Amino acid sequence: MKFLKDRILGWRPQFQKGGKYGRFHTVFDGFSTFLFTPDTVTTQGSHIRGGMDLKRTMFFVILAMLPAFIFGMFNVGHQHYLSVGEFTAVGEGILEKFLFGALKVLPIVVVAYGVGLGIEFFIASRKGHSINEGYLVSGLLIPLVMPPDIPLWMVGLASAFAVIFAKEVFGGTGMNVLNVALTARVFLFFAYPTFMSGDMVWIADKPDTYSGATALANSIKGNPGFCTTDMFLGFIPGSIGETSKLAILIGAAFLIFTGIGSASVMISVLIGAGIMGLIFNAIALNDFMRLPFLNHYLMGGLMFGAVFMATDPVTAAQTERGKWIYGLLIGMMAVMIRVFNPAYPEGIMLAILFGNVMAPLIDHFVVQSNIKKRLARA
Amino acid sequence: MRFYLYFCAAKPRVCPQAYRLMARSFLSIENMASTIKLRKGFDIKLQGQAKQGNCAVLHAQTVAVNPPAFRYSKFKLLVEVGSEVQAGTPLLCDKKYPSITVASPVSGEVVAVHRGDRRVLQEIVILADKDQKYLDFGRLPVDLMDAETLRFAVQQAGLWPLIRRRPFDCVALPDENPVGIFVSGFDSAPLAPSVDYLINGQEQAFQAGLNLLKRISQAPVHLGVHATQTRSIALLKAENVQVHRFEGAHPTGNVGIQMHHIRPVNKGEAAWYVHPADVVVLGRLALTGRCDLRRRIALTGSEIKEPRYVDAVAGASVQSITAGEFKDRSGIRIISGNVLTGSKVDNDGHLGYYDHQLTVIPEGNDLEFLGWLLPSYPRPDISRSFFSGWLKNRVYKVNTNTHGEERAFVVTGQYEQVLPMDIHPTYLLKSIMYQDIEEMEQLGIYEVSEEDFALCEFVCTSKIPVQKIIREGLDLMYEDSMA
Repeated sequence: MKFLKDRILGWRPQFQKGGKYGRFHTVFDGFSTFLFTPDTVTTQGSHIRGGMDLKRTMFFVILAMLPAFIFGMFNVGHQHYLSVGEFTAVGEGILEKFLFGALKVLPIVVVAYGVGLGIEFFIASRKGHSINEGYLVSGLLIPLVMPPDIPLWMVGLASAFAVIFAKEVFGGTGMNVLNVALTARVFLFFAYPTFMSGDMVWIADKPDTYSGATALANSIKGNPGFCTTDMFLGFIPGSIGETSKLAILIGAAFLIFTGIGSASVMISVLIGAGIMGLIFNAIALNDFMRLPFLNHYLMGGLMFGAVFMATDPVTAAQTERGKWIYGLLIGMMAVMIRVFNPAYPEGIMLAILFGNVMAPLIDHFVVQSNIKKRLARA
Repeated sequence: MRFYLYFCAAKPRVCPQAYRLMARSFLSIENMASTIKLRKGFDIKLQGQAKQGNCAVLHAQTVAVNPPAFRYSKFKLLVEVGSEVQAGTPLLCDKKYPSITVASPVSGEVVAVHRGDRRVLQEIVILADKDQKYLDFGRLPVDLMDAETLRFAVQQAGLWPLIRRRPFDCVALPDENPVGIFVSGFDSAPLAPSVDYLINGQEQAFQAGLNLLKRISQAPVHLGVHATQTRSIALLKAENVQVHRFEGAHPTGNVGIQMHHIRPVNKGEAAWYVHPADVVVLGRLALTGRCDLRRRIALTGSEIKEPRYVDAVAGASVQSITAGEFKDRSGIRIISGNVLTGSKVDNDGHLGYYDHQLTVIPEGNDLEFLGWLLPSYPRPDISRSFFSGWLKNRVYKVNTNTHGEERAFVVTGQYEQVLPMDIHPTYLLKSIMYQDIEEMEQLGIYEVSEEDFALCEFVCTSKIPVQKIIREGLDLMYEDSMA
């Protein structure tokens, strides 16, 4: 370690502005601060600072996603072997399933990270910005919301689109209006709908004869077609990371315990979805409306979106009260889109993007009420 | 039942309601309002808490007055190098309000006048006599004096700067009528001195000071005490004041937070505040007619050999109060004040005019391998992402490393967790950054000062210089409204 530290300290002057490799200073900083927390000390204000920085925050979000990610890899394999009729029991061929899933999923991860980080590094060094850690989370979120059979070039294209148009044009991490990973997904959803919806894409290398419909698609007929336990544990077809509600809940508990994820957003999204589900249950005009509302939690990406997407602090509402309104809005919209628009079986994606757009307005009203209170007091 | 009540009375934390009931009925503490409980905030527990008892009286060789402590005031220097002064001799005179002077804390000889950029006064250093001589201003029959003559007497004695005001956190204006005078009877900052102990033995002067404040304006005097930790009868049974009980983590002890909950400052209003130890100084003026700025100072921090209290004087030199008793002489930072809001001083520097605490902590100028992921030593943080944060009473040894680089605002809700005010901190900060004065006003800038936001800066994941931004905002408002 001493050797590495001395090397970095030795190289540092050359990579500073005006140095021999001054142009690459953002890249050098990016790597060296990854290896070594910088030796900067406080010069103004508080003399001590908390231990948390953005790198650690982002890393903990990644940790929280790992259960869903690992289970997702397994389930990709499991669904495939189920469709071809081998290892049909969950416990059989675990290694084969895992390997198959890893071969499908890891390339997607590599492409998402490679393309996104490449663009980030390029733009950061052109603009002289420091490299932001935000993409470390987006780069793993993108694979988790993709169907397992997605062509890799699409992943690359979507990542590039999202990084450039959702983030960098607004000024990088912290400035974006829309969730980056969801922008990637929504881009593919509208540009290449046949690869992102329907019954064919949710199980990797599936024989045509096997039905690959998701629980959500089945629900139009009033029955998800999977048993509750399977839906909760995640042995159903779907996007890579969304299927296991258990894994997502483990991640949620971790985020809430460490204080990194916003419990208010997660809970309010779920409450919103519940309210809308109950309203539909009460109206009960068609089969989907009659579906018991608890099924909404177990199907599709509602849970995943609530825990990992809606909570993105940059695009969510920023005030505490705003977060509750924002979450309720997303939950209600998600279920409404599911039930009313069979062309888009998954409503949470559009609901969160809608929530992202509305968040500044929600915050505006919350802040205005604070201002009114202050004026009334005077 | 009865046993339970007695049990509660003995342990205020177990059941504060019962304790209050008992306190009212048995201890006849009657002037007590109900407790204001603040749930937001964060206590940073650090190594090097000052031990009470055996408080040595130190003779400070040199003593300094640092004019930058009196924010926004511009001064005329009344002495020069070589001038002989007594304790109470005016050193500085405000250019805008000539009645405001700053008195010398000690008698002796002016040995240096340090100036900074554009010849701005930085420090007036006085070599203190062994035997102190005090100017006699005459005892103040406070009860017989009206506000105007009382104010004049305090200004004459050069002690007016002890009374400060919000908004802007600067010296009170001599002719304004505040909405209240606030004294925070406890300090919740990291390693802060116990106010009980600071005024211990000075109870009479403390009450005299409160009487003086009561007469100095028509506004009520509010004294904030801690619901469970304040034990001093001088605080709990103070007369001529409204006592407010507070409970909660830092920054509950900040006078600005207490103002916000007792009587928030609106546009066009001013509230005054005085540190309890300075109330004692004002009380001594009333009782003895002397400008007696002796005060008790807490020596704290992990790098002080023996953290303790000493009796010295305002602006005492660092060397005289520490006698170089550092664990390690190199790689340390000496802070006049606490780690959140204090200012860095050199080993041959002096304590700030308003400071009652000296903190010494190690610098943190070292690269740390994967420090963001696997910290090599425990560090305090509001998130529970560090194992050490799971232990409730963990005491930390901290250094000055920033633990990360500055970034844009990303994580939300952190500031709100440590700011017990009905204010939207991020929005206020942003309005300052784009310099929208009207919005700053609407979002409550008059009620805040950078010390209230110090914890926001501490917890900030993006390492944003929060206190600096708040002060820039206040500077802007000051230029707009006062200059």
